[in-house]
Amino acid sequence: MSLKHIDVLLCCGSGCVSAGALKIREKLEQVLTENHLQDEVNIIETGCMGPCDYGPVMLIYPEGVFYKHVKVEDVEDMVQEHFIKGRPLQRLMLHEDEGTPLVTKSEIPFYRKQKKVALANCGYIDPEKIGEYIAVGGYEALGKALTEMTPEQVIDVIKRSGLRGRGGGGFPTWLKWQLVNQNPVQPKYIICNGDEGDPGAFMDRSLLEGDPHRVLEGMLIAAYSTGASSGYFYIRAEYPLAIKRIKKAVQDARDLGLLGDDIFGSGFSFTAEVRTGAGAFVCGEETALISSIEGRRGQPNPKPPYPSTFGLWGKPTLVNNVETLANLSAIIQKGPDWFASMGTETSKGTKVFALTGDVKNTGLVEVPMGITLQELIFEVGGGLAAGKKFKAVQLGGPSGGCLTSEHLDTRIDYESLREKGAMMGSGGVIVMDDSNCMVNVAKYFLEFSLEESCGKCTPCRVGLKEMHSILEKITRGEGTIELLNQLEVLGKSIKELSLCGLGQAAPNPVLSTLRYFRSEYEEHILSRSCPSLVCQELLHYHIDKEKCIGCSLCARKCPVQCIFGSREDKYEITQADCVKCGTCQEVCPVGAISRFPGVSADLRQDTAAEFTKLYK
Amino acid sequence: MYEEIYIKYSPEQENLISILHDIQDSHPQHYISEEAIREVSEYLRIPVSHIQGVLTFYTMYSTRPRGKYIIRLCESPPCFLAGSEKILAILLRVLGVKLGETTGDGLFTLELCACLGVCGNAPVMMISDTVYGDLNEEKIISIIEKYQGGQA
Amino acid sequence: MKTLEELRKIREKAQQEMKLRSASHRIKVVVGMGTSGIAMGAREVMKVLLQEISQRQLTDVLVTQTGEKGLSSLEPVVDIIEEGKPVVTYGNVTPENARKIVAEHIVNGKVVSDFVVAAENK
Repeated sequence: MSLKHIDVLLCCGSGCVSAGALKIREKLEQVLTENHLQDEVNIIETGCMGPCDYGPVMLIYPEGVFYKHVKVEDVEDMVQEHFIKGRPLQRLMLHEDEGTPLVTKSEIPFYRKQKKVALANCGYIDPEKIGEYIAVGGYEALGKALTEMTPEQVIDVIKRSGLRGRGGGGFPTWLKWQLVNQNPVQPKYIICNGDEGDPGAFMDRSLLEGDPHRVLEGMLIAAYSTGASSGYFYIRAEYPLAIKRIKKAVQDARDLGLLGDDIFGSGFSFTAEVRTGAGAFVCGEETALISSIEGRRGQPNPKPPYPSTFGLWGKPTLVNNVETLANLSAIIQKGPDWFASMGTETSKGTKVFALTGDVKNTGLVEVPMGITLQELIFEVGGGLAAGKKFKAVQLGGPSGGCLTSEHLDTRIDYESLREKGAMMGSGGVIVMDDSNCMVNVAKYFLEFSLEESCGKCTPCRVGLKEMHSILEKITRGEGTIELLNQLEVLGKSIKELSLCGLGQAAPNPVLSTLRYFRSEYEEHILSRSCPSLVCQELLHYHIDKEKCIGCSLCARKCPVQCIFGSREDKYEITQADCVKCGTCQEVCPVGAISRFPGVSADLRQDTAAEFTKLYK
Repeated sequence: MYEEIYIKYSPEQENLISILHDIQDSHPQHYISEEAIREVSEYLRIPVSHIQGVLTFYTMYSTRPRGKYIIRLCESPPCFLAGSEKILAILLRVLGVKLGETTGDGLFTLELCACLGVCGNAPVMMISDTVYGDLNEEKIISIIEKYQGGQA
Repeated sequence: MKTLEELRKIREKAQQEMKLRSASHRIKVVVGMGTSGIAMGAREVMKVLLQEISQRQLTDVLVTQTGEKGLSSLEPVVDIIEEGKPVVTYGNVTPENARKIVAEHIVNGKVVSDFVVAAENK
């Protein structure tokens, strides 16, 4: 017998938890008990609802009211006003610019252009209850596949749907399956690649945390179609909650007999296990991942042979990404034509993107393939913070490329992005405003790949290091135009000669910024100036004597004591000694100190001789 | 010494990474000792050199003793764009250690880590298994104090 | 799990537990929970309604609360909203009356005219 009349869906994705969702839960339980409402309100911890920068967020049913930025102090009011008196709290709702509150999720612009397929249940069901997944139609697709279809028929459905791998490469899913299906060697394995290492991408984590059974059902469908008898979820160790949730899902499915022998009386038997990484980006590469599951250093191997012929323990192995698996049950249930009706000619369905960086609404979004970057960043993402200008967007993480405002009308599909020098990658979208220096950003991404290079092949190990030192020189003001050409030549050869995807893609951020922001590189070299005021060696601080009130605070706080002056003469920075720590600018009470691009004039004279050398 | 861990895993090489995780997690100083390596080598019947190779390949393992709580600051691009360098400077100052070092009271070890996938709330850090987002100086100090007070 | 029938059974049971999140309810019961409503015993009425509906396993009925309706002299006030029918408002509802409303109106579709204060088409 249940007296429950309110469902509180509390987003407990990692984003909201990091913003304090669990404390909200604790307080809510306490206040409900104080008001004797504990039997009337359900608190359900769901997976990621998407708009992470509004966290902690919650949805309250039956009305479907959406609350954002909930604080512990708000809980008392919420119970008194909303739960007892039925007056939802307007101040916790999102407001449109004119001030009208947006009550339910569907009214919020962030959700309007979205189309949820993989994320359909994320933020709606309790991911730790297999019953809730089943209630929304879970495991029916598996039932249909096992009892009504042959493996070949399932492969044909996936072929007609046009689904391509969501992990980055965009390889047709059905083709990968067919290769394993037609391989007579037994046993066969399936691996769910949950080693989502691309910084700025967190859709796989959210799926595993928010709807683990959907991923598991996808694995079962893929296993049936390829003839695999056991599977592994390989999840990176940085995702403890995802590991916990998928382990629970596997256990619960086992208890219900959805894993094990003779599932649905079809004769199909399958076991699944969870394996964790231990901090190595390269393990996202399938051959490296296989090495890691085998208990070895996660180093990649040359392909061919591909895992479909020689994979885990030398057996045929299917490696599919988390999001790819999460699309399968919907395709089986709603049919390939439904899926193929979304997207573009070559890229079907929807794609989950992680919006991060200088965009207003950061978070997880799912949109039909083929929408433009403009729509994604400015409509779904809400554009940039007030007063900031869009400069570039990095797609596909450290392996991807930067695009500029000229490319905002580019449609998001595998081919269009590749053509422009970027890539879909796993779906990380890092938006950058005009305060970012593209040379510095390129250096930063390269640094990432350099650190993660496993060292097995020379182009990647040595080449990236060389590229990095060139970029260092440029950001220090020691660059020459000749070095830019070297950078390009090096980048292209590393792309061609590296053993695995990491090295093959690592030069992309440099090559794409060279292509679209060459003038910024040139300014660093020829004018010794960082126009975005980021590279410390290529900017200087200056005190505006008109504004300076002679308070001496900057001089007193300067760690290297390079600011001199008096109340009458005002203060001045001795540029040769300045370490550009920025303390003076921070402490100045009247804002008289600012950064300026380029080396300061007095310093330039000192080094004029050296400078001319650089021009040669 | 690690019987409780071995019970969960058959003596096969494929379980090496899981066993090493468990050993590290069960040690109050979160590291894997020489002795532990030798033991695992015997249990799995694989050479010490292989285990050493694996240990040093993956960044999350440590062969040196660490603090009770490991603070892992995300150094990936979205956090970098959101000012993780400043956060690092604050942590270094508040804890009074260098990167990779452990505080004198043995409570905290400060490390950098790969993307924690909480980029919507950048900059973020993880202490043990708990992720903290939207970091700023005030927040960091209160979090550190909470752990120092033993209420974490 | 050996048959699809087993899965269906689990699904039906689980759907019951999630019904608050779906929009499909035959009848919506709205209790006025303003300050005066609560002062006049609306919390008790709400509790009785929930108990009655739960005991009778009326899975297609949703009980929810709303703010002050401006009918202070008639508190506690309960609205019964049914698709395609006029909204019926009951006033001065006591726990006793609440039971009657469930038994006669909600179960048998017979408006308990004694306590009706308004019926209007929305």
